[in-house]
This record gives sequence, structure tokens and C-alpha cells, in this order.
Amino acid sequence: MKIGILALQGSYFDHQKYFVKLGVETILVKTPEQLDEIDGLVLPGGESTTMRTLIDRYNFMSKLKSFCSNKPVFGTCAGMVLLAKENTGFPTHIGVLNVKLKRNAFGRQVNSFEETVYINGIGDVEGVYIRAPYIEVASDYVEVLGKHKEVIVAVKQNNILATSFHPELTEDLKIGRYFINMIVQHNKKNKE
Amino acid sequence: MKNIGTERVKRGMAEMQKGGVIMDVINAEQAKIAEQAGAVAVMALERVPADIRAAGGVARMADPTIVEEVMKAVSIPVMAKCRIGHIIEARALESMGVDYIDESEVLTPADEMFHINKREFTVPFVCGARDLGEATRRIAEGASMLRTKGEPGTGNIVEAVRHMRIIMAQIRKVVNMNEDEIMTYAKELSAPYHVLLEIKKLGKLPLVNFAAGGVATPADAALMMHLGADGIFVGSGIFKSNNPEKFAKAIVEATTYYQDYHKIAELSKGLGEPMKGIDLSTLDKKDWMSERGQ
Repeated sequence: MKIGILALQGSYFDHQKYFVKLGVETILVKTPEQLDEIDGLVLPGGESTTMRTLIDRYNFMSKLKSFCSNKPVFGTCAGMVLLAKENTGFPTHIGVLNVKLKRNAFGRQVNSFEETVYINGIGDVEGVYIRAPYIEVASDYVEVLGKHKEVIVAVKQNNILATSFHPELTEDLKIGRYFINMIVQHNKKNKE
Repeated sequence: MKNIGTERVKRGMAEMQKGGVIMDVINAEQAKIAEQAGAVAVMALERVPADIRAAGGVARMADPTIVEEVMKAVSIPVMAKCRIGHIIEARALESMGVDYIDESEVLTPADEMFHINKREFTVPFVCGARDLGEATRRIAEGASMLRTKGEPGTGNIVEAVRHMRIIMAQIRKVVNMNEDEIMTYAKELSAPYHVLLEIKKLGKLPLVNFAAGGVATPADAALMMHLGADGIFVGSGIFKSNNPEKFAKAIVEATTYYQDYHKIAELSKGLGEPMKGIDLSTLDKKDWMSERGQ
């Protein structure tokens, strides 16, 4: 199994280290062609506006859209913004996750915080939120995995996993293991 | 329990900026150009360093009106500078919700003995460092991000290169040292012992380290990435060039694709005049900003 991490900007090295700890082979994806080599894709934290600019300038969009519609993908923070179908007040990017999302929803950096979050099917996970978005509305196809107080911060929709928080900044490997399992299931189904 | 301003949250913010370019801007219009070019953050200033240098006198925190204007104009993080040791300028910027504070030698220092105790703040700080001694002292004071102290407003990359080379070489030295030798090296560098131990353990700095000071072209940005920078600050280099939009875009791309030399060549074609720049041998010693706040 090979996991690719979109390496245009952001915390891609942290994600790489995170998945290496889980014993998975990883590559940093810098060109659209590399998407053909991987079983699962991580969209890291960072600045979504910057990533979008580089996605367009390097013709990533059509290949990203088809990858994210067919294979397992995991977006954290900015990665979740890239995946959302609707970003209140801001443009849609890849637009495959059926949610309405609010950017910088908890406030500016001075409001960034840490708090444990309960994730369905996983348990308590360390949550590190940095100028994080949250999901205002999730459509019926979307499984809500976790909430911070009343707002949605972790979701799953078929092959798509997305979190407002940054597992890659912690030693808590549970979410990563969950994503690897999604890839295993997907590969198994494809073989059948 | 909800915890704000933790070390992980402050350092994590800098992790999210990695591989990106942070641009100096003086108004909403420039901030928007920077955001559209793909900047990961902007530094809101009253004047860019080249103009601070030209103006002379005491350089202070920017008028908060400008900082606010920039914060309203863009959705990317906004940074602002306070004078070295000026606790109250920093508190004022923090109260406005600035995302990152640069305790900066570009402004005239307020305190020639002490830097700010940055651990007491919720907002993260970036500080400049010319060598591992300075870098580790700033880390111990609670900085969450580092940058080189390349000579600001000169359009001359030579000092930033020197600082990055020195820091990377000193890190390699620490990593390869026997633990018995580290205390003596700490004494030599005036470096906090525990931070050197942490560097030895990690094999690298515990913080993100950007290049800053003198970046004027896409090739300059790529050079700094090649030497080990995690990202780039561009001050006067963009809005003192004769085509800011083009320079901003080119520097962003060169930072992402710094190993693609063909792309760097393409990006460098027909850019027009970069900022004029200053040969540092002609710069009077008293005008060196990187000597401030060691």
C-alpha cells in the first residue's frame, strides 16, 4: 500500500512522518501524474487559498477530482476545505464532500486550541485545532464521526475522511490507522 | 478542557505555513495581490524595510489602522512586527487578534538587553537568528518560529545565506556530538543546554525556520529552500520591484518547485527589474539591522 501526500504547501512532512510511524509507504505528490501510483491520498493542513492557487497553476484539478471521487482520501483542516462542496463566503475547490463548511470558524490564531474529541468507532482522539474550519451542515450521505460541542469536526462519506483538527501534529495514531483501514477495505472490494 | 495558546498550537501554526511565502504589505490592495499570488500569510507594515532604511529615525509598530485594514482584506493569516523587547506593542497586536508577531530587528529595538518573554503570550512569535546561539535563545524565550536575519531592505541575499549556512552547519555539529560535549558547546554559543539536547534528539530544530532578508528574485527564494529553509519571507522584494504581481507569483512557484531548475529558468524570464539592492560593503556598520537584538 502506498499513501500519497499532496505536497504543494503545508504540513506534508508531518503527515509523511505520521504515516511512516504506522509502517506505510508514502510519497510526496508534487505532480498530477503521481496520483496514478497511489492507493490513498492525504490533503494536508496549510493554507487552502495557496494550495488552490498551485492546484490550478499545475493542472491538478481534473485528476484530483477523479481521484477523490474514486479512491480513499483524507483531508485535515485546509484539506477538508479543499474537499467541501460549499465553503461559506469562499469558492469551492475539489467539491466532492457533501457539506457546507465554514473557514476559520473558531476564530483567528489566538483562538486556536487543543481539546480531546470523541470519534465514533475510534474513541477519544487528541484534537489540535489551528484556525480550523468546521462543518455547518452535513448532507444525508455524510456520516458525522465527531463533534466539538455542537459543531461537526470529523466526517466520513464513502471513501472520504475529513477532520477539522490535525492528527499529524500529535502522537495519536488512531485516525491514521482508521484511514489505512479504509484503503484496505477499498482495495479488497476492488479485487472482488 | 479547551486549551488555547499551547506550545503545540503555536508551533503548529508555523507548521501550516511550511513551503510557503510570507509577503510584506502596507495596505489592503497589496495584501490582496499577495493572497491572489498564493502567499500563505502577509506581514502588515507601515513601510517596507527598504523604505524604513531610507526614512531613518526610530521605526515603531505599524499604525493599528493599517493592520486592521489588512486583516479585513484577506482570509490568510496576518502577521505584524513589534520592536525587540516592546512588550506593550506585542500585547496591543495580540489584543487585535493578529495571527503571528515578528519581534523584529527591522524596527528600532525598545530594549537592548532583553527580548520579550514570549511564553506568556497566546499569540505565537517569530524571531530572527544568525546562528544557533541566537536561535536557541529565542526558542528558550518561547518563540514558535524562526527566520534568518538577512539584511532587510537591501535586496541582497548574502547575509540570509550566511545565517542559514551557519545554522545548518551548527545543527549538524550538535547532532553528531557526543552528549558529553554539548555543555561546552552550549557555553561557546551562549546557547541554552536543554535546547541543544532537544536538537540532538530530534536531529533538527524543534521549530520551523524560514529565510528572511534580502530575497529579491525567484532564484533567491529557491536558493534559500535548497539551503534548508522551510519557507520564505519576502519584504521589499515584491512591492519594490517594477512588476509586483509577477514577482509575487514567480517567488511562490519557485518556493514550491525549488528543485525544478528548468521551471526556475522559466519563472525568471522577462520578470523586469527586481528591486535595486545594496552592496553590503557600502553599508555603514551602524546601519546594519541584523546586529540588533542578539
